[in-house]
Amino acid sequence: MSILNQTRSVIAMNVRSIPQRLGMSLATIGAIAMVVAVLLSFLALANGFSQTLKGSGAADVAIVLRDGADAELSSTVSRDQVDLLGQGPGVRAASDGHPIVSPELMLVVDGVKKSSGTKANMPLRGLGPNGLLVRKQAKITQGRMFAPGSNEIVVGAGLLREFAGFELGKSIRFGSQTWKVVGVFEAPGTVFESELWADAPVVQSMFKRGTTFQTARVALTSPEALKAFAAYAKADPRLQLKAQSEQAYYAAQAERSGVLIKYFGWPLGIIMAIGALAGALNTMYASVSSRAAEIATLRVIGFSGFSAFMGTMVEALVLSALGALVGVAICAVGFNGLSASTLGAGFTQVTFRIQVGPEIVVQAVVLALIIGLVGGIFPGLRAARQRPLLVLAG
Amino acid sequence: MTDFDLVWKNLFRKPLRTVLLTVSIFMAFLIFGMLTSVNVSLEKAVDRGSSTRLIVANKINFTQPLPIAYVNRVAAIPGVTLVSHQNWFGAYYQDARTSRFVGFAVDPENFLKISEEIHLTEAERKAFIQERTGVIVGKTVADKYGWKVGQTVPIQSQIFVQADGRRTWDMKIVGIFTGAKPTDPTPAIYFNYDYMNETISFGRDTIGNIIVKTASPDENDRVAKLIDTTFENSPYETSTSDEKTFSRAFLKQAGDLNFIVTMVVSAAFAAILMIVSTTLVSAMRERTKEIGVMKTLGFSSPRVLRMVLGEALLLSTLGAVLGLGASALVLKGISKQTEGSLGDLSMPPVVTLIGVLLALGLGLSTGAVPAISALRMRIVDALNRS
Repeated sequence: MSILNQTRSVIAMNVRSIPQRLGMSLATIGAIAMVVAVLLSFLALANGFSQTLKGSGAADVAIVLRDGADAELSSTVSRDQVDLLGQGPGVRAASDGHPIVSPELMLVVDGVKKSSGTKANMPLRGLGPNGLLVRKQAKITQGRMFAPGSNEIVVGAGLLREFAGFELGKSIRFGSQTWKVVGVFEAPGTVFESELWADAPVVQSMFKRGTTFQTARVALTSPEALKAFAAYAKADPRLQLKAQSEQAYYAAQAERSGVLIKYFGWPLGIIMAIGALAGALNTMYASVSSRAAEIATLRVIGFSGFSAFMGTMVEALVLSALGALVGVAICAVGFNGLSASTLGAGFTQVTFRIQVGPEIVVQAVVLALIIGLVGGIFPGLRAARQRPLLVLAG
Repeated sequence: MTDFDLVWKNLFRKPLRTVLLTVSIFMAFLIFGMLTSVNVSLEKAVDRGSSTRLIVANKINFTQPLPIAYVNRVAAIPGVTLVSHQNWFGAYYQDARTSRFVGFAVDPENFLKISEEIHLTEAERKAFIQERTGVIVGKTVADKYGWKVGQTVPIQSQIFVQADGRRTWDMKIVGIFTGAKPTDPTPAIYFNYDYMNETISFGRDTIGNIIVKTASPDENDRVAKLIDTTFENSPYETSTSDEKTFSRAFLKQAGDLNFIVTMVVSAAFAAILMIVSTTLVSAMRERTKEIGVMKTLGFSSPRVLRMVLGEALLLSTLGAVLGLGASALVLKGISKQTEGSLGDLSMPPVVTLIGVLLALGLGLSTGAVPAISALRMRIVDALNRS
């Protein structure tokens, strides 16, 4: 028999005999499944958060902030500056010939989180008619847009999922003011879905902000136009503002989700993996010793040590692959697509969906297979080195 | 030879197996010890807030301002014994991302009276009250940047701008404070509201929130309601809550940490429960004949049961003690590395206690099946098995 055939039959024997060691094999599969599930849920949480931020920014929309401000809340832009920005190079014009510039301001208001019943920070964005032109992903799906000059508000679908009291038709009180919800908008996979929108001049007067804004979003003719536009915004003495692509602005915020993975997801995954590895080693050593007579017999009739090694190795890999499968299934069925929210870089809640994507599944499966590999090597070596006559004599 | 010797010998008859099981248990308790301790110290940080202090914030959201005139109106409300106010400055030194700290503009005299946890010398207190551009700096911050009393430091704001367009305020360090316990982290600075109010270009005569002290915690609910009804239907309605409730709600904004910790710890324990119990079952099966012999020699069934259970308990306690010990060490290391800026991370006694209870539970549950089968085992059957 060739070494390949030998190996193949030993592997088949090993795998078919797994049910004889059902308890310990199942425990190994279960332990590896837990490792995969824990790691994957952290990765999926961070993935969903960062995908939402990355999906929010357009490459051909510039966001203009006060130089030095790193978030909308700490920025100020005046009415005059907004007009000047519209005259900059590379600004796209609407069909009526006016430049597409959306001056906006954002305030933090309280909402009650459904999951905890506690107050949380929510963004109330004041924007104008150009607000929808610089956000192609957003459209009103229920009701209608707010009417200019009125105390009307439209609500993002993500915010509606996570916070109570903002349903269509409801009246909301912010301090002594009353607002009415007249529409719901969807902007799938973006941070905007976590926002409340109202007419900018009304927000300015209700919150005593005079005529100042915090940011301006400017539609550009192409992503390449940004460079010239940013130079203009920085250099003009009346402006001295920082323009960056909306894409870059949100991508920088997405980086923060890396902290969750770096300091929690992977360390926990690895600690649990070592625990599961110890379990896998025990199972495989038990497997080798329970098959001692069988391995010895095979060796006597001419099977190689390599085939004995591979039999054990593949058994371990099969167990870890099964474990990975169960773990991924737990996450995919139990967590994928669930809505969650956390405090984002803008000091307001960002609502997102937990995303179990292919890249992170690969990472978790690789960890599981490493457990299988290491868990198979040492017991496999013991199987290969076993001295047949000694075993059979005993 | 005592029963304990026998249990010990049994436990290490296959040393590799025992070591591997101990590693599994160790890892689960390491996760438990660390996550639970971090969670408990966060809760503790929240609880450090005084229960006789109330926070009056704008009802719309705590980031919305209140007029300075409210301070005196709140002081006049019956049941209020002391009032101070604070304004979030968005303070940082040199770099907005890497060198920021908590920074509030306050009214020095009342603020020091109301914040019993701020420890300063009498001279430093006096200097802070008198010096218009004075700032008191937490020891954590002072140590980090090597600041000394008497030095003038440029403090920048992420929010405010001076009337002349500058965003930097020169402040003179008049005191370095420690917390209620010398080990408490103090990553904060406080400076004079008047200095800020005279120089800022917008937001003048407004404050962030008002701190109120009541005569006793029993008064809190009544006083809080009274404050909120006083300002009802005014342009600035208020929302008053005690300090702990306020901080806890803020902490919850990040996410449900309790839930995450519980899930991860349960997953880790589910995994080792499976590993340890199945391994022990198979280890006992190997010993069936031996148990038969022991019973033949006159070991009573309950005694055999106790020995099997004892072995499982010994194993789980061994792993647990090592795991809890290691997490205490790791936490100490993290505390040292972060120079206390994450708070007191040492392992609280309650975590140790729960850990020990978990270890007992784990030992009993993993030992139960093999122990009962050993108890029920008939000598004839045991000896007949090959």
